Amino acid sequence: MIKAEWFYWLVGLSFLVMASQMLTDRSNPKRIGTTAFWGLLGAGFIYSSWVVEKKAPAEPLGAAVLVMIVLAGFGFTGRGTPRTTTPEQREASALKMGNKLFVPALAIPVVALLCAVVVKKLSIGGEPILQEGSETILGLGIGAVVALVVGMIMLREKRISVPVQAGRSMLEAMGWAMLLPQLLATLGTIFQLSGVGTQVGKVSTSVLPKDSLYIAVIVYCVGMALFTVIMGNAFAAFPVMTAAVGWPVLIEHFHGSAPAVLAIGMLAGFCGTLVTPMAANFNIVPAALLELKDQYGPIKAQLPTAGILLGCNIVVMALFAF
Amino acid sequence: MIVLLGVLVVVVGFATKRNALLVVGVAGIVTGLLGGLSPQEVLAAFGSGFASSRAVTIFAITLPVIGLLERYGLQEQARRLIARFAKLTTGRFLALYLGMRQIGAAVGLTHVFGHAQTVRPLAVPMAEGAAERKHGRLTEKSREKVRSFSASADNVGLFFGEDVFLAVGSILLITSFVNTTYNTHLEPLHLALWAIPTALCALAVHGWRLLRLDRYLERELVAANIGPVAEGAAK
Repeated sequence: MIKAEWFYWLVGLSFLVMASQMLTDRSNPKRIGTTAFWGLLGAGFIYSSWVVEKKAPAEPLGAAVLVMIVLAGFGFTGRGTPRTTTPEQREASALKMGNKLFVPALAIPVVALLCAVVVKKLSIGGEPILQEGSETILGLGIGAVVALVVGMIMLREKRISVPVQAGRSMLEAMGWAMLLPQLLATLGTIFQLSGVGTQVGKVSTSVLPKDSLYIAVIVYCVGMALFTVIMGNAFAAFPVMTAAVGWPVLIEHFHGSAPAVLAIGMLAGFCGTLVTPMAANFNIVPAALLELKDQYGPIKAQLPTAGILLGCNIVVMALFAF
Repeated sequence: MIVLLGVLVVVVGFATKRNALLVVGVAGIVTGLLGGLSPQEVLAAFGSGFASSRAVTIFAITLPVIGLLERYGLQEQARRLIARFAKLTTGRFLALYLGMRQIGAAVGLTHVFGHAQTVRPLAVPMAEGAAERKHGRLTEKSREKVRSFSASADNVGLFFGEDVFLAVGSILLITSFVNTTYNTHLEPLHLALWAIPTALCALAVHGWRLLRLDRYLERELVAANIGPVAEGAAK
């Protein structure tokens, strides 16, 4: 059985290899800090396997995460000058290779698709080939490995160090943004443990008049969106807002249709996801990946759409759920 | 109420543009300690939170092959390819991407598209290439705008497509939470059906805004006094 953990190890291992390249990169003025950051991230990825299985304590990993925060937060990390091809060489290579260049690039989505549709259902000796519940991650991981092999054969590139160097300069360009989504997921857990959710639920119940259906719909939808903005994730907002407003008021008191109220409530939360830097993997990481000057660029592009869709959700719920 | 101070740290930190890692780290420590966790429990929370959320960073596995292909001119080739389709403007191309992303997510293919695997290597050079064909060189501002909207097409398509699919995380979260908390029985199918009206609104609203991007580019780039380049010069 192919397990998700293997790909976490592969990511961790490539971070470690990239960290060792960073150590000898004299074009990076902050190479020691950069090496430490990515080395800890890589080691953390591998060590995590035992933390998840509760075979190793989580505290050392937590300390490593805090060190990474300090390294990146106080500017001890930097980037080297990537050794890569010039724009002219790229134009020439594109002319020479033509559309063949798309073959490895499209291999990632095609393999991911095959894994999600076909391989997911296959099993050998009663055991599924892909670890259950992790098929999408596995599809992406297998797709990336297949694409790399196809790409290296097609381009007659024999040195594995070339793609590793290329990946490393993309990592260095993204910098600390790579760690942010995982850190925010952690913050979400800490918010839950400390009872932030219950407090927000209490606040929204206290502003809610009991007799107006339309106001209750607005409080539920806007509350889902706002709470999602704070938590970075509609999944954290949903149980709190549903327990405070959705179920007792909209469904029990006003006899709303449960599937309609809850499905649309979740989508109102997604409008919040579109506009919050707390959803870093959707909003901040892409800004880094696309080398934007303004890290809030994607959020600004999504803000009007999110506002209009929140209105749509309120209208659809008010009209059709009761 | 005092635990809400952690939320305040986040809001103030992001508003004053402090380093996001520091903001989130400090907010986590403050909230944990105010919420009654011991320092050791806070450390453990950071560790186990990191370990259980590695899936959001798994896209890093695609970076070496994407980087390799970019060295050999993948983005340049994507620009050349889009130049052959004269009718495909930046806005129309991104609207098409939005639709494909949404349909893909609606049939459960959430990881087939994504910022690392399709937006950076394919969608952005194509969207920029379509604009360059029409207007010549892009200004810094319009390039940022095209890239931001490319990222937005991927996000909107994913968010408002995936809930139409039955076995997606958010639908399963709703059914498991409601069925266990309120002793009822909700069918995923009914929830997925109620995601369709909003999905259609999202396609219409964001698709329309993507099409409007062409007008913005027209205004911005003509105002920047960059005339269209002669046929062939852009290649």
